[in-house]
Amino acid sequence: MGGTIRIEMSLAGALLSGDVRALARAISLAEDRDPQASQLVAEVQPHTGNAYLVGLTGAPGTGKSTLADALVKVIRDRQQTVGVIAVDPSSPFTGGAVLGDRIRMSRHTLDKGVFIRSMGARGHLGGLAAATREAIHLLDAYGRDVILVETVGVGQSELEISTICDTVVLVLMPESGDAVQSIKAGILEIADVFVINKTDLGGAEKTRRLIQDAMGLGPKQAWRAPIVLASAAKEEGIAQVWDAVRAHQAYLTESGTLATRRQQRLKQEVMALVADRAREDARRVLDGDTAVGRRVRENQNGKLNPYALAEEVLDQRASQGGS
Amino acid sequence: MSARDTQKQWRVLTAKVGLDGHDRGVKVVSRALRDAGVEVIYAGLRQTPEMVVEAAIQEDVDAIGVSLHSGAHMTLIPRILELLKQRNATDIVVFGGGIIPQDDARELKKMGVVEIFGPGTSLQSIIDFVNHGFKAA
Repeated sequence: MGGTIRIEMSLAGALLSGDVRALARAISLAEDRDPQASQLVAEVQPHTGNAYLVGLTGAPGTGKSTLADALVKVIRDRQQTVGVIAVDPSSPFTGGAVLGDRIRMSRHTLDKGVFIRSMGARGHLGGLAAATREAIHLLDAYGRDVILVETVGVGQSELEISTICDTVVLVLMPESGDAVQSIKAGILEIADVFVINKTDLGGAEKTRRLIQDAMGLGPKQAWRAPIVLASAAKEEGIAQVWDAVRAHQAYLTESGTLATRRQQRLKQEVMALVADRAREDARRVLDGDTAVGRRVRENQNGKLNPYALAEEVLDQRASQGGS
Repeated sequence: MSARDTQKQWRVLTAKVGLDGHDRGVKVVSRALRDAGVEVIYAGLRQTPEMVVEAAIQEDVDAIGVSLHSGAHMTLIPRILELLKQRNATDIVVFGGGIIPQDDARELKKMGVVEIFGPGTSLQSIIDFVNHGFKAA
């Protein structure tokens, strides 16, 4: 045990000193839910809080990866370092995945100021992977100025990105008018910056008006999310996208909202960790040699009251003093 | 995080190295690996050995699968092995596929490539390769 800890300490040390392999390995430990990972994250925690976190989200095929690639170029031109976390879906049947976001960012592979990591969602819902938060902390401690988090292609309700980022960029494309109508109750609400990508397809102006109209129906917000037209593949409008992100950052800082957002984020993260632990404890009680576990296992007719059973599990857990 | 949730997920980087664009084989293999439960990071066409090794390190993969139909395999694959050595990353195994003559395949295996999947390889043999922990079945 002591040996393991010492190894992980040196892994944290290597990560903090800028060792790319240590960073990559640390992210894998978090992804594999290795018990050493939480200690590792705790150890690098004092070195976090400096990166600016930008989320890229949107439906499949709207060009998130290509936009990420173009944004990395702009950010690098402005002398900042970047970490990219790109999440793609995992197969619910085999656990396997083909992670293809990297292809669009190939040209940055040999740039030491860019670190790109592909993550399989591994059954996590909400558009991210279970270990995305840990990966952000690790990249932050590694010293990246900007961290771009690209979600899986999302639908209406994968809003988790808004709980882990400072600025959320929602990527749309022309002729998604109907889609815009149908999603405006959900994902449109979390956008800090709208990007209408693929303007080269035509029809972008119509989409812009639809979003503007939809926003005009709501109450006046302190931050009015700008709508930027861009063609990521042609690298048009990308500097404007980044300027809009920066403007949002300036707004958050000046209004004091950044601190509030980060407090909210910490709360969400703690709640997620507590929920994970509670779920694990509940499973242990139910699978273990406990009265309530036996009753569930021996139940034949399904007439037990789940609410009462849940109370019993919680009592049992409390009497064990939790885990 | 408890021990029961801990599980090592295999990760493999696949790539087309060099200047040929024949990517059907690498896509079929990537898909087969996915179905075998592997997380496959497909790096795409026209990758240099330097790009492949850097991407493999950032992605912390267990194995690199390279596909070549250009005839440059005796230059590019050894270069990948050499770069892995330079980066202290020889724990990442390398396998290959594409049009690679048997004599060259033998030579590459001597250098440290664990397996060469030529035309006609069954998907089952690729799955077996994964289940054997990326060793030749």
